[in-house]
Amino acid sequence: MLNAIRNLAVFVTALATAVPAFAAGEVNLYSYRQESLLKPLTDAFTAETGIKVNVVHAEKGLTEKIIAAGDNNPADLVLTVDVGRLEEVRAAGLFEPVESEVISQVVPAHLRHPENLWFALTTRARVIYAHQDVAEDALTSIRDLADPKWKGRICTRSGKHVYNIGLIASIIAEDGEEAAEQWLRGLKANLARKPQGNDRAQAKAIFEGQCDLAIANRYYMGKMHYNTKSPEQQQWAEQIRVVYLDQEIGGRGQHINISGAGLLNTAKNRDNAIKLLEFLLGETAQGLYASANFEEPVREGIATDSYIESLGSFKADRINLQEVAEHRAAAARLVDRVGFDL
Amino acid sequence: MIACCIALFALLPLATLLWLSATPNAELWSHLLDRIFWVYLNNTLILCIGVALLTTLIGTSTAWLVTRFNFPLKRFLEWGLLLPLAVPSYILAFVITDQLEYAGFVQRSLRAIFGWQSARDYWFPEIRSMEGAIIVLSLVLYPYVYLLARAAFVEQAARLFEMSRCLGKTQTQSFFKVVLPMARPAIVVGLTLAMMETINEYGTVAFFSVPTLTAGIFDVWLNMSSLSGAAQLAMLLVVVAIVLLSLERYSRSAGKYYKLSGQSPRMLAEKLPLGRGLICTFYCLLPITLGFLLPVGVLGNYSLRSLDSDLTVYFQNAWNSLSLSAMAAFFTMLMGVGLAYGVRLSKSPWMRWSAELATVGYAIPGAVLAVGILYPMGLLDNFLDGLSRRWFDYPLGLLITGSGAALVIAYSLRFIALSFRTLDASLTKITPQMDDASRSLGSNSGKTLWRIHLPLMRPSLLTAMLLVFVDTMKELPITLVLRPFNFNTLATQVWDRASLEQLEHSALAAITILLTGIIPVIFMSRNISRQQYAGA
Repeated sequence: MLNAIRNLAVFVTALATAVPAFAAGEVNLYSYRQESLLKPLTDAFTAETGIKVNVVHAEKGLTEKIIAAGDNNPADLVLTVDVGRLEEVRAAGLFEPVESEVISQVVPAHLRHPENLWFALTTRARVIYAHQDVAEDALTSIRDLADPKWKGRICTRSGKHVYNIGLIASIIAEDGEEAAEQWLRGLKANLARKPQGNDRAQAKAIFEGQCDLAIANRYYMGKMHYNTKSPEQQQWAEQIRVVYLDQEIGGRGQHINISGAGLLNTAKNRDNAIKLLEFLLGETAQGLYASANFEEPVREGIATDSYIESLGSFKADRINLQEVAEHRAAAARLVDRVGFDL
Repeated sequence: MIACCIALFALLPLATLLWLSATPNAELWSHLLDRIFWVYLNNTLILCIGVALLTTLIGTSTAWLVTRFNFPLKRFLEWGLLLPLAVPSYILAFVITDQLEYAGFVQRSLRAIFGWQSARDYWFPEIRSMEGAIIVLSLVLYPYVYLLARAAFVEQAARLFEMSRCLGKTQTQSFFKVVLPMARPAIVVGLTLAMMETINEYGTVAFFSVPTLTAGIFDVWLNMSSLSGAAQLAMLLVVVAIVLLSLERYSRSAGKYYKLSGQSPRMLAEKLPLGRGLICTFYCLLPITLGFLLPVGVLGNYSLRSLDSDLTVYFQNAWNSLSLSAMAAFFTMLMGVGLAYGVRLSKSPWMRWSAELATVGYAIPGAVLAVGILYPMGLLDNFLDGLSRRWFDYPLGLLITGSGAALVIAYSLRFIALSFRTLDASLTKITPQMDDASRSLGSNSGKTLWRIHLPLMRPSLLTAMLLVFVDTMKELPITLVLRPFNFNTLATQVWDRASLEQLEHSALAAITILLTGIIPVIFMSRNISRQQYAGA
């Protein structure tokens, strides 16, 4: 018994000492992006600078973790895959502005917070996957999704998922809440099935003939096309034509969300953190984002993957994403009111 | 005294959430009550009722069959029926959906056989539905009922059953009139645990697109950015849990259930003729097949395809999982003993109630409980750091929340319900005459516990530890939030890949969680069986 207690104590101490010290040569990340996706990037950073990158990856609760730690907060940066999470940390007053030449040059103004409290690393277009047989000009605007001619032909994941919340919030930002509600009711009436699964599951549903249109992020096309472990996904991708919305002259442009980052005001490794941010916006890392995860780099002139290029280019919505994020709560309430997921 | 401290400690996250919820959110609530709240509540209730019925049915019936009868494979089924306990519900949900949805094996075969072309040609039940969620949750939760029902049958049923038969009752009458009422307290304990897990469940219901109260909590917290609103909804779950516990109390207080004096005789198992025996075998194999063999088969197939993955990472994570689970199991057992024994010693209903209340954290979703632990532990950390800086000029940093200590504490607080319920049930079966005898012979309460109760409770102590061990192996939401930097367990490894829709890449980790669960399962069952076969 005593022995067991002693062993446990040794293990706890070992765990405690495994916590990174605030020594030079480290930077600590709280990440909403999966570790396995982050690793090639952080490995490249460590190889180039010798700075070690420590990561905690979680889905929720990181804001509360930073608040609870107070001045002793060990994290330097927060990385997210959606603007909403960034705004959540910003609203809690935990970010500080980053003054960096690189950032202001590389990241366009609408993809960062007006005071540089957060900024995008990549953009992620939320497009329409259409079955190859759907006529090319059958759908041109996001508003068309509410057109009754699509009755029983559209698939999507839960309206409460951050990607859809972002999309609905952008429509509220553009057209106001009332028009957005009408649109969402129209879309709801057109759904082929109760919202379910993830974006890839919608591609599968198109392949299986359950629906003709699906709302999904574009980068999944790359993930399916190159999937050698589950080759059936290559077939799903082959059935799909990507439709970019609102591309006409003067149109609002295709809705995008971002993956982004912000510097915590309690950061202990500030210099290393900024170095990492600049690295992530550099050519190497931006190229990795584009080739490994098929997202759109924010830096211009980065060669993207040839298959993604074959899906065509698009004009993106240039609304400031902070404005979109402000309407997130309203979007979530709208989803409830319309009974979108029910 | 000790028990009071443990109870207070275990109440910390609850108190934190209560404090967080002390903000009026009139606007939010008027939105929720307008419609969606009732959807959440309705779904939670239907889910609970469905899981309660199905777990009781599967758990009790299989427990009685393997205790009462001899049929093919019975010795395997005795412990095999516990196996689904080791399967995380999110993994089972994934695997079952994978097989049963449109592109899955079952529907593909049906289409091939009958020549159907598309989904419009035939009807097939929707897997991502309330029914699907009820079935998946019941498959992983029925072992709680089975475990406790079988222990009750083995420990107590034999003599009563024989008497009832001698008095001319039929087999069925004896079961329903004598054995089942006698085993009711044990069954209700198992059921309460299953219900608490159902209430806090998030991964599976989200996967099946069934918006329950937990889905509402996360929506209010993350999409509507109202932590206080989320805490208020979580408090509602606490109320539901308290109602459940009161029902359990009520059901148990209807009579006193001390064991008949002396060692019970073993139940004489009746050998069934082959035909009926095989039906029993098939019936008992069904939940094991769906709840364990199917996921193991699918994951095993995946892991063979991806053996090229990084094994050093896997071994590191496996070590983290095993050692954390062992620590959590040990500490939770200690806390459970302290709490249960304190309740026994103190006749005050206050003690009983604070102990009961200390266990309702089990009904709160893990990520929310983690927040309830983060705030007080963060305060403590910063306080200690301040002291250390002032006195020793040494920055201590985050002693608890920055290290694995927070994880062990959090697991213990989450799973205290498992160990307290198990140990409390076991203690109530020891007649108080034992305590009186020991005390009158001059032993103090500590010595009585050590010399009398603990030896008598040994199987239950082991059961309590093993339940916590298995549950910690599977635990995900708390681990994600509270873990230190660069720290992974098997469960987080599985999740990292599964959330990228690449479960096959971490199938080895997933299957390890499942197979590790076999060890405690065999232990637990052998303990019960030993009682049965050792006989009097």
